[in-house]
Parts: sequence; C-alpha cells; structure tokens
Amino acid sequence: MIEIHGLTKVYETGEVPVHALRGVDLRVAKGEFVAVVGPSGSGKSTLFHILGGLTPPTSGGVFINGRDLLRMSDLERTELRKTHVGFVFQKYNLLPTLTAEENIEIARDIAGRSSQPLDKDFQEILQHLHITGRMHHKPRALSGGEQQRVAIARAIVNRPALLLADEPTGNLDTENSEAVLTILRDLNARLNQTILMITHNPEAAAYAHRTVRMRDGRIVDESLPGASPHDTNRPKIGG
Amino acid sequence: MIYRLVWENLKHRPVRTLLSAIFIGVQVTLILTIVGLSDGTFGEMQERSRGTGADIVIRPPNSTVIQFTGNMMHGKELVAKVRQQPHVKIATGVLVQGIGNFQSISGIDLADFKAMNGGFTYIEGGPFQHPNDLMIDANFARFRKLHVGEPLDLGNGFNWNICAVVEPGKLSQLFAQLQPLQEMYSATNQVSAVYVQVDDPANIPAVKDQLQKLLDDYVILTMQQLLDMISVDNVPLVKGFTNVVIGISLVVGFLVVLLTMYTAVLERTREIGILKALGASPGYVLGVLLREAVLLAVIGTVAGIAMTYGSKWLLHFVLPPMLTEIAVPRWWPIALAISLVGGVLGAIYPGVKAARQDAIEALSYD
Repeated sequence: MIEIHGLTKVYETGEVPVHALRGVDLRVAKGEFVAVVGPSGSGKSTLFHILGGLTPPTSGGVFINGRDLLRMSDLERTELRKTHVGFVFQKYNLLPTLTAEENIEIARDIAGRSSQPLDKDFQEILQHLHITGRMHHKPRALSGGEQQRVAIARAIVNRPALLLADEPTGNLDTENSEAVLTILRDLNARLNQTILMITHNPEAAAYAHRTVRMRDGRIVDESLPGASPHDTNRPKIGG
Repeated sequence: MIYRLVWENLKHRPVRTLLSAIFIGVQVTLILTIVGLSDGTFGEMQERSRGTGADIVIRPPNSTVIQFTGNMMHGKELVAKVRQQPHVKIATGVLVQGIGNFQSISGIDLADFKAMNGGFTYIEGGPFQHPNDLMIDANFARFRKLHVGEPLDLGNGFNWNICAVVEPGKLSQLFAQLQPLQEMYSATNQVSAVYVQVDDPANIPAVKDQLQKLLDDYVILTMQQLLDMISVDNVPLVKGFTNVVIGISLVVGFLVVLLTMYTAVLERTREIGILKALGASPGYVLGVLLREAVLLAVIGTVAGIAMTYGSKWLLHFVLPPMLTEIAVPRWWPIALAISLVGGVLGAIYPGVKAARQDAIEALSYD
C-alpha cells in the first residue's frame, strides 16, 4: 500500500537548507492503522504533507498503491489528493460558508462524483458518525466533535486509499477525542481503511495497530501494541 | 456544488458584496443614462422633425443638419419658387433662432404650418395674437412651470408673452411668428429651412431631384434622410463621450472586482488551502473566483438597470426640457458585457494568486 525508501525532504526557504526528513523508510500495509508520534520538528508533519501530495519529496522512493510520488507533477499530486487521499486536520478545516452536507458534497464535486448518488455504505457511516441530524448546519453551529466527525465523513466520501489524520484529537476534549478515535478505528475495521495518524498523544496512538516514532527527520522506533489490530479494548484517552 | 460555494461566499460578506454590486451598478447606470439621454434626445428630435408633416427639407449650402446653422436670404422668394414646382403641395419657411443652452425659437407661418401637419393641439391658450407672442410645448411649460399669459424672459432682450401651451412633437419647443422673429433678430426675410410637402409620397424622389437642380448647392434632404442623419452616430462628440464613459466604467468595474476579489482571496486563504487539500486543481480554484466575479457583475448590472429607472425619475425634474432620457433595454446586454469584461479582468490576478497559493502555507494561515 505505502512504501517509503530513503525519503528525504529539504526546504530551501532561507539561506540555510532545512533537512526535514533525513532518510525515512516505512511500509504500511493495506488496511493498517498506523500512528506516527514524535516531538515537534521530528518531521512527522512533513511526512504527512508528502504522503498527502501537498509537497513533493526531495529524494527517495514514496509509493502509494504503486504510484511514485517522487516523479509526480503538481497536477498529478492534485489528482492524487482528489482520488487517493483523504485528510482529517486538527482544526477540522471545514469550509465555513457551507453546511456539513455541502462540505461533504464539495469533496465529491472536486472529485467529479457529485452526479453519483451517495452509496448505501456511506449513508450507514453517516449514521454511525451521529451527524445525520446536523447535516444542514454550518460549522459555526456545530461542536468541535461534530465538526471533526463531518471532516472524517468528508475525508472518506470518495473512498480514498489512504486516510491521513493530523492530530485529529488535538482540539477536542477527552470525550470527543475518544469518540473520534473510536470512529477512526471502526472505519479502519469496517472499510479496511488504511489510516496514518499523526499525534503527540501516546494514548491516541494506542488506538492504532502500530506506532512509528520519529525524531530529527528519521524513524527511530516502531512498536506494536499488545492488542490485535481490530481489538476494541483499547486504552481510554485521558483515562 | 461550485455555484453553491460561490453564492455562499458572496453571502458570507453581505456588506462587501452589496457595496461591490452598487459600485458596478453605478457604472452600469452611468452608461445606460448617457445612452438613454442621447437616444431619448435624438429620438425626440426625430419625432419633432417627423411632426412637421414635411416630406423634404431645404437647408442652406454647407449647413449642418443637427444644428440649424446658417440662414438663407430671400426666404419669401425662395418659398414661392419652391411652391411653383410640380407636385409641391405646400412649402413653408422657418427661421430657427438659437437662444443658448441648446435651445432655440422657431419662427413659423402658422397657417402654412397648420396646412402641412394639422396644426397644434392647444393645451392652454390659442394662436398668436401679438408680435411678441410665444407658444411653448408642454415639456417646456412643465420644466419652467409656465402658463398662458405669463411673461417670459429668454435672456435675449425680448419680453415674450406666452399665448399657448401646445402638445409636444412638432418641429420645436418654442414658436414665434416668422416675420416678427425675423425682425427681432435682424434677419428680415431670412429662413433657416424650407419644409416641403408633396402631393403624393411616390413623388418625393422626383421632387427632391427637381429641387436639387433648381437650387444647386443647397442641402436638400428627404424627411427619411433627415431622420437617418439625426443619430448619435452622426454626432462624434456624443459618440466620443459615450465611449469615454464606457471606458471609465470598464476601468471602475475592473478595479472594484479586483479589490473585492483580492481582499476575498486574502481573507479566504485557509479555505483555498482546504479546497486544494481536497484535490481542487488551480483551474477549479480560479473557476470559483471567476464565477464570483461573474455573479457580482450580473448582480451589479441588474442593480444598475434598476438604478437607471431611479435616475431617470430624478433627472425628469432636473434635465432641461430639450433633453429626454428613455430606457434603452437593447443596451442592457452591452452593459452586462462591459461589467463582465471588467469583472473577469479584475478577478484574474486575485484568481491566479489563489490558484498558485501553496496548500500547506494556506492551511496554516490563521
């Protein structure tokens, strides 16, 4: 699913080049839920941006479903975001002028799928996300937890190969954090959705099948939790 | 869905959208008012020329058609000569005396004038009784709030007495008797034009040719030729002025949309980043901005058309009576096109800026 070999990223913004990634090797199987943890400046956000096609790698091999991101043009990376990747951000990033339903619809429109009806599975997921009664509200009328659940629905509406979540619980209280992480874990189980989640929080990371630890632009540690990937008896956030 | 986003974006900042639409609307109103004024004024001039009932007009050599410059000497003899021509039913000389502000008094022979077009419809008063009697049309009377029996100083040193208020649409707005007017202005036996009516419309071309042979270098026009010449296209000053207004409107529309879209792009940096993260191409982002500009231009044009009716109503009380504004629906699509061109040009730079925005930087924008 995802194969990364010797990935580097150098930002040439100032006079001194910044080596954000210094040779990352990672393999994520289809249907895997991987947490990436590490301190600020460890390179996890850069990894997120590269895998999401938001910025090109400098060198190395990055493959998503066999597609080489290193050789992609800007337009090809745009196409990748449209069809292969879904994002969930810490700040939800819903369009404030649109309702929850329209925020989901705009993702379908961009992907050129707006003329197709929503499939039954997705409608079930909306039920599962407990947002069906809030679909006609704009983000300012939704709680943080509701906004994040809408953002998750938007991220998966086009059935992306990879769901990238950047600190998805960073702005949420304990209760909503648990709800969102449970949803991510359930989506992973229900849809066999590959998820790569960036987090500072080791308790949030414990919801993943596997945790990858980054430092100074490299992966320094990988750990597998004791529980099986789809085990629902995960530790509680803040508990 | 994109249209929903565009509409919601405009609704999101209602004051900004309203102000932008009003600014675009003002330039549309400006265009439609200028064109409406020139079309209305020239249309009324045509109507008044048609109202004379003449088929042919004779003007002095080298004279202009729109402005009655230059007089012909020996008016009586000239009219008599024209009357003798075959198929000529009536011929009457008219002295047009300018009194400033694009206004003029027409000296007429009331009996001949009546024979040619049935005469005036009197709203107040009746025919001339005294040499200083002046007949005015209803538009002039309304604007100057005048009635029969009141004196009128037209700033030409003569004390006129209003003897009648007549229905508009015949030759002029102010009428005096021909001979007293000639004497007042030391233009004894001079006429500015001779209006000719023939016995049968089929004879108009033949009579015109005949008169041209007779009067050689005089300007001789059929009424249709005269009407065709009373047009904005034949007055370079008006045409040029209209073009200048269109040019200014285009620039104003461009600047209004440029400013609106530029501030919108700055304000919506994060939203643009979100669209890009969702896979929106530069073309999609540019498309959103261009659609917003188009919608603004359409709303502004509709507002401008509505405001034109307001300005028309207001100008009705302000404009001198010889200026008439009419609605010009045939110019609505042109005004829309001008707004669209200005709007789209104004949206290109902010649109390209938005389309080129780095998604990561945009997403981190607060």
